[in-house]
Amino acid sequence: MAMSFLRSTARFRLLPVLTLLPLLSGCGMVVLDPAGDVARQQGNLIVISTLLMLTIIIPVMALTILFAWRYRAANKEATYRPDWDHSTQLELVIWAAPLLIIICLGALTWVATHLLDPYRPLARTAPGQAVAADVTPLEVNVVALDWKWLFIYPQQGIATVNELAVPVDRPIRFRISASSVMNSFYVPAMAGQIYAMPGMETKLHAVLNQPGNFTGFSSNYSGAGFSNMRFAVKSLPAGEFDQWVARAKASPEGMLDRQTYLQLERPSEKEPARLFAAVDPELFDAVVNLCVEPGKMCMHDMMSVDAAGGGGIAGIHNVQQVTYDKFAARGSTEIARWSMRQVGAFCATPMNTGIRPDGVPTDPAPLTGAGLSLPGSTPVLPRTALNDTGPYSARSYSTRPAATPVS
Amino acid sequence: MTPHPAPVAGPILGRLSLDAIPLHEPILIGTFIAVALGGLAVIGLLTRFRLWGYLWSEWFTTVDHKRIGIMYMILGLVMFLRGFADAIMMRLQQAMAFGGSEGYLNAHHYDQIFTAHGVIMIFFVAMPFITGLMNYIVPLQIGARDVSFPFLNNFSFWMTTAGAVLTMVSLFIGEYAQTGWLAYPPLSGIAYSPNVGVDYYIWSLQIAGVGTTLSGINLIVTILKLRAPGMGLMKMPVFTWTSLCANILIVASFPVLTAVLALLGLDRYAGTNFFTNDFGGSPMMYVNLIWIWGHPEVYILILPLFGVFSEVTSTFSGKRLFGYTSMVYATVCITILSYVVWLHHFFTMGSGASVNSFFGITTMVISIPTGAKLFNWLFTMYRGRIRFDLPMMWTIAFMLTFVVGGMTGVLLAVPPADFVLHNSLFLVAHFHNVIIGGVLFGLFAAINFWWPKAFGFKLDVFWGKISFWCWVVGFWLAFMPLYILGLMGVTRRMRVFDDGSLQIFFMIAAFGAVVIGAGILAMLVQFAVSIWKRDQLRDETGDPWNGRTLEWATTSPPPDYNFAFTPVIHDLDAWHDMKERGHQRPVTGFRDIHMPSSTGAGVILSGLALVMGFALVWHIWWLVGASFLAIIGGAIMHTFNYKRDFHIPAATVAAMEDARTEQLTLLQSRHLAGGA
Repeated sequence: MAMSFLRSTARFRLLPVLTLLPLLSGCGMVVLDPAGDVARQQGNLIVISTLLMLTIIIPVMALTILFAWRYRAANKEATYRPDWDHSTQLELVIWAAPLLIIICLGALTWVATHLLDPYRPLARTAPGQAVAADVTPLEVNVVALDWKWLFIYPQQGIATVNELAVPVDRPIRFRISASSVMNSFYVPAMAGQIYAMPGMETKLHAVLNQPGNFTGFSSNYSGAGFSNMRFAVKSLPAGEFDQWVARAKASPEGMLDRQTYLQLERPSEKEPARLFAAVDPELFDAVVNLCVEPGKMCMHDMMSVDAAGGGGIAGIHNVQQVTYDKFAARGSTEIARWSMRQVGAFCATPMNTGIRPDGVPTDPAPLTGAGLSLPGSTPVLPRTALNDTGPYSARSYSTRPAATPVS
Repeated sequence: MTPHPAPVAGPILGRLSLDAIPLHEPILIGTFIAVALGGLAVIGLLTRFRLWGYLWSEWFTTVDHKRIGIMYMILGLVMFLRGFADAIMMRLQQAMAFGGSEGYLNAHHYDQIFTAHGVIMIFFVAMPFITGLMNYIVPLQIGARDVSFPFLNNFSFWMTTAGAVLTMVSLFIGEYAQTGWLAYPPLSGIAYSPNVGVDYYIWSLQIAGVGTTLSGINLIVTILKLRAPGMGLMKMPVFTWTSLCANILIVASFPVLTAVLALLGLDRYAGTNFFTNDFGGSPMMYVNLIWIWGHPEVYILILPLFGVFSEVTSTFSGKRLFGYTSMVYATVCITILSYVVWLHHFFTMGSGASVNSFFGITTMVISIPTGAKLFNWLFTMYRGRIRFDLPMMWTIAFMLTFVVGGMTGVLLAVPPADFVLHNSLFLVAHFHNVIIGGVLFGLFAAINFWWPKAFGFKLDVFWGKISFWCWVVGFWLAFMPLYILGLMGVTRRMRVFDDGSLQIFFMIAAFGAVVIGAGILAMLVQFAVSIWKRDQLRDETGDPWNGRTLEWATTSPPPDYNFAFTPVIHDLDAWHDMKERGHQRPVTGFRDIHMPSSTGAGVILSGLALVMGFALVWHIWWLVGASFLAIIGGAIMHTFNYKRDFHIPAATVAAMEDARTEQLTLLQSRHLAGGA
């Protein structure tokens, strides 16, 4: 009697849990109810995975309570078998049940991780809306500074601080780096985060499907000003975006060149949004290669030299004393002896993003599995998306032809 | 806002000067005064009651694994209060700092608090607690006299304590790291953290790490070499098994931590460029290395508690543990798998999809043996006779809480889900869910379970239940809002917030933390009341719970030598088996028992290590050199200490055992009288 009563309550216990799920997305849960297609797929994945796991979690919780109640010492009617400690069938079940769930979840993970890889160009901007072959994504270069965000629009030739404006429904291709320490670039309404790291470049492909104002921020602690490292995200209809670009081009701030950048990257908090009318086209690559400062050797040069056998004995002496250092920039008085050195530039090859093998069209649907096309059949995803290069790190490899060291 | 300028180093005091004392922080001054007054009171009382000699000879210099175990637990408890104070301060700050309010903590102070909270709770609370538990219980469970290397055990404890003391010193002299608990470079590099905070971090962990590694070696050797005759590996109690695996993890992973912190130290002290931005340094290498230690660390913490839950479930269900073999294999699986999942801590650093999927799936695979364990506990309860004493209550609370944490953990292992939840308060809620729901609930189960063994009386049930309910309710109140906030896109380590609609969740969380605080208070009251009423709560049987493993076969508290005769093992639940077969306690034929001698070398060497750590933090180079030489000299001198052992004469053993026999006979006659 008690047991059947408990069974029925155990069944009812599921109800509030299940009714809670849709409620959760109602009350401002941007992660479950975002405005961008990528974040939406990620949010859906959370819900699906949770439901999948609840199929085992809820029975376990119910059984815990049931067994605890049923086999309480006071209940002398329950069977008591103190020496029963093995059952091959049960053992099989208790290993197989989690295994089955993990097989499902693992398959889901494999497919979703590849489809939602931030390096993978978008194949669609919304369910059923494939990206046409002739659509070029909006390029935005992101630099996390102490403690603000710099956005460079190479196609438009403008730059902004703490304000990211994007046209609705247009794929965006972010290239992300940082000036000093690790941050994480995150606009919850748009897409999942990716780290912004000095001397390295990460990528993110995303889209915003609704016009409106959203918030972005750093999601990795980066020092005293971290809490205020927030920026406005404006998702604008195409026409308004063009107006916004025009406004930026008319901005009195003028050109963001290297000198302005070196001023800008000094630590500051709660920076108001700023628009720059123009930007040094090589600035972002210089940031990634840690050579915005005049006279400092870029990392890609250093790696080219090293790949060609290094600078030899002469290279050892190519170390300059400089006054610039982030140490001082962070507001500390003492500059440590060893942080004053840097490798001097001696083969200032021009930097050009175009050299990097970006945007080679490839088959975007090499994945198979439930919901995906079989190899050889008509793919679910159109064969139009561009495959990006893999994770690019300035320090992991250089794609430029090896430069000959200056003799 | 700006960090304090790094003072110019002098030859005598290095970087140390009066500026290092945080006179400008009223909170710290208040804390300091309270600590100083409390410390003076304790010193005064110890002097008044002439306890210094007793403490020194009976406790500080002891090599008895039981006393060292208790000292570890006290260290964990003291540091737990500090770590919890940090938690309350953070919760208060985050509940206040809305709508333009800066709260009551500036960035410099707040950032130290969340760093210290993480470091203290992992290294100086959870680690001492589990090490103490293993130290106390494992030798008793395997029928050993002590651990394999008793002096090393004492030294390990004092090194851990020295690390904890160095962390506490940073509260009043200088500052602590403002980097988060894993101190990722480049932020933790000399360029961005030029002051002493990160140096305190490095040296306190290096010193404590020596202790942890050595105690890991010690316990592995103990378990492998000192088991009672007949106790094959597959007849070992589950707690001993999980301890063995946890210590294997310690020995295999802590050297990685030592190495990575040494490299960071070289970057900071010697100007190398392992993890700098420039000169070919790779901060991501640090992130990889620290998590190659960090992920196994999680299992170091939880595995022994899985053992505790197994012992408790089996004992209080009055049943053999269901699926012992599968339990052991599950533990071993987890041990091995814990090494191939570290990258899941940084899916968002730009690894390719295949790499991310690999580590995501390996992480999920760990939930299979963990799930099997849960089912095993479930089926141990099935057809049992469950007594809901405090340890069992904690176990049930664990089972219901931990599954939720496990579920959110698997969710975070799905890389695309992690992209939106990484570093969010959802993550914070998740790991508190498993650490509080798993590690702490397990510890509380263990403390309530083994307290009578250690002290000879049970813990008070009334206050125990108050503490239990405060903890369970407080936990859900404090961390459910964080899960919700995480789904609202709120990230961790934030000091101030813009969006006023979030405030209510932080206020609920703060209230939850206060309820947890009440739970901690109730637990302290529980200890005090139990000590006060120890005569009513006295257990003379040595086996208050109808236990199953060897530790319940001896007196509570056990004699110095644990067992007068080494027991012979025939079955898995050795003591239960002995009781079933009507085992007769041997009452004659005692022999001299060979025991290790106490030594002050551990205290002295660790004290010197503490001095050296402090000198390294402040660049007091002459003192670094002097203390280093003293450590080497002291260690060499200790090798010439030939007074390492003594014998407890057979007569003494006989006297103690006769007293025990008398006690048991009395109990039996009382029992018979009561039965009639």
